[in-house]
Amino acid sequence: MANTSLSGQQDSFRVGSLLTDERSRGIVLQLLVLLGVALFVAFIVSNTIANLQNAGLASGYGFLDDTAFFDINQKLIDYSSQSTFGRALVVGFLNTILVSALGIITATLIGFIGGVLRLSDNWIVSRMVTAWVEFTRNVPVLLQIIFWWAILTGLPKVRDSIALGDAAFLNNRGLRMPAPILESGMEWVIAAFVIAVIAAIAVSRWARKRQEATGQTFPTGWTALGLIIGLPLVVYLILGQPLDWDLPERTRFNFRGGFNITPELIALWFALATYTGAFISEIVRSGIMAVSRGQSEAAFALGLRKNQTMRMIVIPQALRVIIPPLTSQYLNLTKNSSLAIAIGYQDLVSIGGTILNQSGQALEVVGIWMAVYLSLSLATSAYMNWYNKRIALVER
Amino acid sequence: MSIKTLTGMAAVAGVLTVVGVSAPAHAATLDDIKSAGELKCGINTGLPGFAFTDDKGNWTGFDVAYCRALAAAVLGDPDKVKWVNLTGKNRFPALASGEIDVLSRNTTWTFSRDVDLGFTFVGVNYYDGQGFIGRKALGVSSAKELDGASVCIQTGTTTELNLADFFRINNISYEPVPIETNEEARKAYEAERCDVYTTDASGLAATRSTFPDADAHMVFPEIVSKEPLGPLVRQGDDQWADVARWVLNALINAEELGITQANVDELAKGTENPEINRILGSEGSLAEMLGLEKDWAVNAIKAEGNYAEIFERYLGKNTPLGIERGLNALWKDGGILYAPPMR
Repeated sequence: MANTSLSGQQDSFRVGSLLTDERSRGIVLQLLVLLGVALFVAFIVSNTIANLQNAGLASGYGFLDDTAFFDINQKLIDYSSQSTFGRALVVGFLNTILVSALGIITATLIGFIGGVLRLSDNWIVSRMVTAWVEFTRNVPVLLQIIFWWAILTGLPKVRDSIALGDAAFLNNRGLRMPAPILESGMEWVIAAFVIAVIAAIAVSRWARKRQEATGQTFPTGWTALGLIIGLPLVVYLILGQPLDWDLPERTRFNFRGGFNITPELIALWFALATYTGAFISEIVRSGIMAVSRGQSEAAFALGLRKNQTMRMIVIPQALRVIIPPLTSQYLNLTKNSSLAIAIGYQDLVSIGGTILNQSGQALEVVGIWMAVYLSLSLATSAYMNWYNKRIALVER
Repeated sequence: MSIKTLTGMAAVAGVLTVVGVSAPAHAATLDDIKSAGELKCGINTGLPGFAFTDDKGNWTGFDVAYCRALAAAVLGDPDKVKWVNLTGKNRFPALASGEIDVLSRNTTWTFSRDVDLGFTFVGVNYYDGQGFIGRKALGVSSAKELDGASVCIQTGTTTELNLADFFRINNISYEPVPIETNEEARKAYEAERCDVYTTDASGLAATRSTFPDADAHMVFPEIVSKEPLGPLVRQGDDQWADVARWVLNALINAEELGITQANVDELAKGTENPEINRILGSEGSLAEMLGLEKDWAVNAIKAEGNYAEIFERYLGKNTPLGIERGLNALWKDGGILYAPPMR
């Protein structure tokens, strides 16, 4: 009996070995840490729930169906003070998307131009870009937003508006522009535009295949441009120009008609685009410099011109270096857009804050904010990761 | 992005939310204040007349004076107050979460704030109404002529809602320009980002007093809403609400009975008038009922004076604001200020 139990002890589980054996000790420690974290989270969550119930703070998302009773100045969808809190949040969300999208596109353009210019052989150009990048990168973006807003509100007053050809007016309440009115037939022009875009993509694919097979090049860029502008234009003219303009006209206080881009939107857009653009230009510069010089030299030796070398040899390889940090810049820009509140641009945070105040549903609104920004960020990264995979070096 | 990472992020986000929320409403606010030895009072971030800093950097003003009186009544010293400056937006979460004990910040008493948000308004210390200020050069004499105007507005206030109602009722359009604080709204108005600025009439008088060219601006005659402003506390602690309510009533009754900052010590020794004696503690046991020291009302009145003294010092005719008592006069002087009897 004693013998059996002794050998059994050696083979099977021994409490002591949990501490002496290195592997099982590691597992035990990890389990303990995990347990600790789980208990900590559980404690905090249950404590919070109890506290919130005591304070009467959390009461669900039913308030989203209540009437908002306040107005919003920039709305991309129909909204009035009779709409619901939920709709107001959607208006704010769309405003966030609008300024983020505008900012991302502009920042990318600024960044690519800035990055290439900084590598320019021209001493003055490269130094000027360097100075701009260093200045813009090192001033907090909030200050830049306020700076642009101060400049824009310093524009002439409404009565002294700068008229741009009697159709658009620039003043310290923004840029008032004619709004297009789509008349019947315009849908065909839009359809023509869509068809032109599809055709342009098809042409570029065909051109690439032909070039790979025969080495002959095709002016894809010009053809695409001609298609995208030409086709809708022809349809537009054939259908008798089915487009009218709603021109702004002066009223006692403001302008009526057309549409207005508020100084808040412009200030936020410029500030985010230049700030992020400066970072992107550095990323682009590093990406281009990461491509070994031998690559361009080899391309020149094969007889490619300088812009062909850049477009077909350097940029595709540089993109692999550029895309991952570019993604995080896009995410930063989207999140920085919440600084809109400093100048009263009615984005998700600004409108959410108003709702929070009018309804008293602080936690619910904060929860919505977090969920929205998290999903926006995850969606952006998902897209950029997909794009990154697509342009990654194909190893054979 | 894997499910695991997602849940991880959600958990972190959850924890962050949780950490941001401080202790819940305590049942015995009065005991907490006494043991902490300080009253946490929420006031404006800066509004001339109501809450502003004097040349020594101390907070002072009409709303501030109430908290000083309250601290004097509870702790015997009007200086034992921790000031918490709050915007229109963060004032309610601050009160609900227990960051402050009392909110004295031009807050309008409304149904939903009282009932739905779970607060108790302890009374009205200023009967106000929403108005508009604009440049005389606009050539507008009434707010109803403001069709198409840009209007600066503080977000998260009742004025934001009244504004939408006013323009809807009169079937005219406007462009709202939402701004976070009174100070920023004033700047936007001065830069002519908007044609008119709207807030409570008292706030308009306060704001106008800071303009270098005050005479070039006018307050329009329309008062578009009722704005009874008053201090408020969390719902559910009736003892503390009673203390806050009766300190306010004591200040108003003191005006009615002629108790002033100057004569309160003298009157506290005992008078022919039993009502004065009950308030000041030489007769009856009001202090015990409230759970305060016998000289609570003496201290409260000594802090900044009675209601009239406070009003005249910060808002009245001899201040830059130059506000008439109007509705805020005592009921026997043609106003509607009326405090219940203290017996």
